[in-house]
Amino acid sequence: MTLLPEYPQARGCPFQPASGYADYAPVSKVRLYNGREVWAVTGHAEARQVLLDPATYSSDRVHPHYPALAPRFESARKVRNFIGMDPPEHTVQRRMLLSSFTVKKTNALRPRIQTLVDGLIDEIEAKGPVADLVPDFALPVPSIVICELLGVPYTDHAFFEHQSRRVVTGSTTLEDSADAFAQLKAYLDDLIQRKRREPGDGLLDTLIAEQVETGALTRAELVDIALLLLVAGHETTASAIALGVVTLLEHPGQLAALRSDPRLLPTAVEELLRYMAIADGIARFATVDADLAGHRVRAGDGIVIVIATANRDGEAFPSPAAFAVDRGARHHVSFGHGVHQCIGQNLARAEMEIALGTLFRRLPGLRLARDLADLPIKEAGGVQGVWELPVTW
Amino acid sequence: MRISADQGRCLGAGQCVLSAPDRFDQSELGLVEVLDPEVPEGDEKRFRDILDLCPSQALSLEA
Ligand code: HEM
Ligand code: HEM
Ligand code: SF4
Repeated sequence: MTLLPEYPQARGCPFQPASGYADYAPVSKVRLYNGREVWAVTGHAEARQVLLDPATYSSDRVHPHYPALAPRFESARKVRNFIGMDPPEHTVQRRMLLSSFTVKKTNALRPRIQTLVDGLIDEIEAKGPVADLVPDFALPVPSIVICELLGVPYTDHAFFEHQSRRVVTGSTTLEDSADAFAQLKAYLDDLIQRKRREPGDGLLDTLIAEQVETGALTRAELVDIALLLLVAGHETTASAIALGVVTLLEHPGQLAALRSDPRLLPTAVEELLRYMAIADGIARFATVDADLAGHRVRAGDGIVIVIATANRDGEAFPSPAAFAVDRGARHHVSFGHGVHQCIGQNLARAEMEIALGTLFRRLPGLRLARDLADLPIKEAGGVQGVWELPVTW
Repeated sequence: MRISADQGRCLGAGQCVLSAPDRFDQSELGLVEVLDPEVPEGDEKRFRDILDLCPSQALSLEA
């Protein structure tokens, strides 16, 4: 028997999808760290087909058939919130949050995000070059925004940023992620208890008043939802901002085009999302036998959607390897597809637009202060990006 | 052709509002609202592409 390719594989560099699956498109078998064989879906149409069909392809993370793409996924089985549920259970929880994530609501946050971004750039300028844009810029923007939205005190940010990293990093061990989850849960449970006594005006306060006090959610359920929003809300977007800076700097022609016409900012952000595929790898398992691109998928089989590769499927995107700020294509699967498509996507777009647009406007001489090849890149199987981003201007 | 929206399927991703803010809005609950359902002749392709972006298949075109 020939050895199957492994999943995940490290990216050669943070922009290039791992190359090991290209010969097997659009669907093939791969081997996970624990030896389990699952289907890797690398075609764009096939990825959408799976993500659009939650009855056949389940997101139930507690279920033993749900594939653990890395050791930390085993700990995630103990956290139960809507990202790991199927409809109709999923729909009930997601709808409790929708009113806070509409296009109108996220657009209303733009002036606040702008003030925040300007303040951080003031500090970077005052300190003078060199600055590390990860801790000084990319991380605080989404971290402060999600804290204010939820009503979590930002003064605790060092704690939950550290714990979140242990949850979303590819190389995190089982023990480490279990401990990080436990600490985050204890923190949020304590915060929710305090908020019940002294309500504030964040989304958590609204959920306590409308869902917990009415009995629609238990406190434990709210803790798991809060955990999802807090973790999903900052590490992904932080990675997208930092890697977005690198991508633009490495494509000077595209950066110049964007500078000469700032109206391109929304399409540039969309293209960055497609090209970078920050959250690479969404898992599902088949609940029944099914046909997928001519393969017979059996009930219980695990599936992984390889987002970076699906985003570079030539059938869906002409010249898929080219980075083009005016491409104007929004059908990439960087936010997923189907009922679980990212609830925070419009917040992420607003943060990326304002952060990247303002940074390149205010620091026109921005450039890397270290060779590209020496930037430490994040491990395979987690949120993709760079750990450090020293720049000068 | 007319656009028809199924609020029962909508999960509030807002793709439709981003694509055509003059045609779509979201209610207080975050669910899709069609502001103007008429699709002018010749614009069917554009609207099919917009509908294709909806992640929960809540939108359709009807004769
Ligand atoms: C660039 C930044 C982001 C990326 C690339 C990203 C990516 C994703 C992806 C791929 C999914 C689908 C997971 C699946 O189908 O199993 C997802 C779901 C989700 N995201 Fe994001 N996300 C980002 C930012 C955010 C932000 C800012 C928030 C919060 C405020 C957020 C909250 C969520 C939640 C709650 C879900 C679960 C939705 C559901 O299951 O219905 N994300 N995200
Ligand atoms: C150290 C090992 C690395 C190797 C062997 C490597 C290899 C490559 C190769 C072969 C390409 C060209 C791909 C093509 O022709 O399509 C490329 C492009 C690129 N790499 Fe790397 N890379 C490395 C590290 C990094 C790091 C650390 C970064 C930044 C954080 C980075 C950022 C980029 C960028 C921005 C491009 C341009 C993408 C494009 O133009 O399409 N690389 N890399
Ligand atoms: S794109 Fe679809 S899911 Fe999103 S708001 Fe519009 S109708 Fe609802």
